[in-house]
Amino acid sequence: MKILVAVKRVIDYNVKVRPKADGSDVDLANVKMAINPFCEIAVEEAVRLKEAGTATEIVAVSIGPKQAQEQIRTALALGADRGIHVETDARMEPLAVAKTLKALIEKESPDLIIMGKQSIDADNNQTGQMLGALTAMPQGTFASEVKVADGKVAVTREVDGGLQTVELNLPAIVTTDLRLNEPRYASLPNIMKAKKKPLDTTTPDELGVSTEARVNLLKVELPPERQAGIKVPDVDTLVDKLKNEAKVI
Amino acid sequence: MSILVIAEHDNSSLKGATLNTIAAAQAIGGGDIEVLVAGSGCASVGEEAAKAAGVSKVLVADNAAYEHQLAENVAQLVAEIGGNYTHILAPATTSGKNMLPRAAALLDVQAISDISGVESADTFKRPIYAGNVIATVQSSDPIKVITVRTTAFDPVAAEGGSASVETLGSAHDAGVSKFVGEELAESERPELTSARVIVSGGRGMQNGDNFEMLYKLADKLNAGVGASRAAVDAGFVPNDMQVGQTGKIVAPELYIAVGISGAIQHLAGMKDSKVIVAINKDEEAPIFQVADYGLVGDLFEVIPALTEKV
Ligand SMILES: Cc1cc2nc3c(=O)[nH]c(=O)nc-3n(C[C@H](O)[C@H](O)[C@H](O)COP(=O)(O)OP(=O)(O)OC[C@H]3O[C@@H](n4cnc5c(N)ncnc54)[C@H](O)[C@@H]3O)c2cc1C
Ligand SMILES: Nc1ncnc2c1ncn2[C@@H]1O[C@H](COP(=O)(O)O)[C@@H](O)[C@H]1O
Repeated sequence: MKILVAVKRVIDYNVKVRPKADGSDVDLANVKMAINPFCEIAVEEAVRLKEAGTATEIVAVSIGPKQAQEQIRTALALGADRGIHVETDARMEPLAVAKTLKALIEKESPDLIIMGKQSIDADNNQTGQMLGALTAMPQGTFASEVKVADGKVAVTREVDGGLQTVELNLPAIVTTDLRLNEPRYASLPNIMKAKKKPLDTTTPDELGVSTEARVNLLKVELPPERQAGIKVPDVDTLVDKLKNEAKVI
Repeated sequence: MSILVIAEHDNSSLKGATLNTIAAAQAIGGGDIEVLVAGSGCASVGEEAAKAAGVSKVLVADNAAYEHQLAENVAQLVAEIGGNYTHILAPATTSGKNMLPRAAALLDVQAISDISGVESADTFKRPIYAGNVIATVQSSDPIKVITVRTTAFDPVAAEGGSASVETLGSAHDAGVSKFVGEELAESERPELTSARVIVSGGRGMQNGDNFEMLYKLADKLNAGVGASRAAVDAGFVPNDMQVGQTGKIVAPELYIAVGISGAIQHLAGMKDSKVIVAINKDEEAPIFQVADYGLVGDLFEVIPALTEKV
C-alpha cells in the first residue's frame, strides 16, 4: 500500500504572532517555522503503518515556498521514503491545495492519503474534506484511531459528542487529530539519511492548478484586549466578587 | 436569492448551534433564510426548525443515506441545491466542519471557516493563529460557503416562527463510507458549548479521579465541565471535554480554570468568556493574564472550600 502524506510549513506553535504595522497580514519576519503539528502526526501514522507491514511506500508532499523543503526533509527524517515539493510563493488556499494534491494523486495513485485536520496558522480545517470532494474519495476526519484491513480503513473520529467510527473504502483520506499518536523525534542518523532521499520538485503551473486567491485578506488586527484582572487573596473574597461584583453566581 | 442554513441535529431534535447559525444568517441579511434538515426519520427536527425565528422555509431530506451525517452523502445533497443560494452556512461544530468544506469544493468555492463577525454580505471576520489575531476576509466566490463560530452570535428564538416545510426527495448515497458505531459521552451536566458556567481542569488535577472534585463544584453551579488538552491526553477525561484551538470553543458567563497553565491553544477556546477565574499554584502562570479573578493556591485546598461556599 502506498501512502501520500501532506505536510505544511507553518509558524512554530509556541510563537505568538502579531499583525504587521500596516495590518495587512501577520508579521512572519524572523519567526521560527516548523512542520504543522497535525502533519507531523500524519507522518507518524504513515510510518507506523509501514513499520506494521501495511504500507510499502510513503510519499511526503508540501506545497509552498522554497523553504518548505525543510519540512519535507523533516518528514523524510521521520521515515517517509521520498518527497515532492510543489514550489510556489502564493498564499495557497485550501481549495487550491486540494486541487494540487488531486493532480499529484492522479500521478501517484496512493491508496491512502493522510493529512492534518487543521493548519495552525490559518485554522482552516478544510483541505482534506475538499480533496475528498475533488477525488470522490471517502474521508475520515479528526482521526484518533486508524485501522487498515481488507481494502478498507476504519477510522475512529473525535466528534463533539464523543467518538464515532466509520469504515471507508480505499483509496481514502484521513485527517489526523491530536490523539492519533505521539510523533517520534527524528534521530541524528535519520536526519543525515533524509538528506539523501529523493525529493522531486514541481510547480502548480506544471500541474495545471491556479493559485489565484478567492478570498482576499483585507486586514488582520489584534483581538480586543481583556481588561486586566485582579488577584484575590482567598476563597471568601473570590466568592464575594463573583456574587456581588461580577454577579455571575 | 436566499441563505441556506444547515441544521445540526440527531434525527430527533434540533441542536442549539443551529439557532446561532440562523442568527449569523440574519446578520448577513439580504434574503430569506431556509434551513436544510438532512437526516433519517427526522420529521420532528423539520417541525422544530420551522418554529425558529426568522426562518421562511425548511427543507427536509429524509433518507437512510443521511442518518449519520456522512459527509460523502450530505455534501452531495448540499452541492445539488447550493446553486440556489447566495450563502450556505453551517455551525462550526465537528459535523459542520466535516461536511461543509466538502460541499464547497463540489461547488468550486473556497469556504470560509469559523466566522466570528459579519461585515457585509461578502466580508467576514474570523480568528486565525489560535485567535491571536482576527482576520477580515472578503470572498469573491459567487456563493459564500461558511462555518459559523456559534459563541459569536446570540441564538435566535427557538419558538415563534412559522416556516413552511418542504420535502426533498433526492437521495445521495456515495456508497464509499459506512457508519460503524459511536460512543457518545452521557452527561447530565450542561453541554459545554451552551453552558452558562464552565469549570475546567488541567494537568494540575493529577488524575481522572480528582475530577470528581470539579464535578461536585460544577453540580452546585449547574456548570459544564471542560478540560485542557493535557488532561485529555493524559486520559483523565474523554476528548469531548477538550476546550481550545483544536477542541471546543466556549464563551460562558463564567469560566473557572483549575490547574490549567493557560497555553495560547487553550486560551483560544475560552478567552471570550465573560468572566474568567483562574486557580493555579504558580503565580506566574499565563492564565492569570486573562483572568478577571486569579487565586494563587493549591487547587486541592481551594476547590473543596469553594464548593462549600458557593
Ligand atoms: C497543535 C496544538 C493544538 C493544541 N490544542 C489545544 C487545545 O485545543 N486545548 C488545550 O487545552 N491545549 C491544546 N494544546 C496544548 C497546549 O499547548 C498545552 O500543552 C496545554 O493546554 C497544557 O495543559 P495544562 O494547562 O492542563 O497543563 P500544564 O501546562 O502542564 O499546566 C498545569 C498547571 O497546573 C498547575 N498546577 C499543578 N498542580 C496544581 C495544584 N495542586 N494546584 C493548583 N495548580 C496546580 C501548574 O502550576 C500549571 O500551571 C495544543 C497544542 C498543540 C501543539
Ligand atoms: N500548503 C500545503 N502543503 C501541504 N499540505 C497542506 C498545505 N496546506 C494544507 N495542507 C494539508 O491540509 C491539512 C489541513 O489544512 P487546512 O485545511 O489549511 O487547515 C494540513 O494539515 C496539511 O496536511
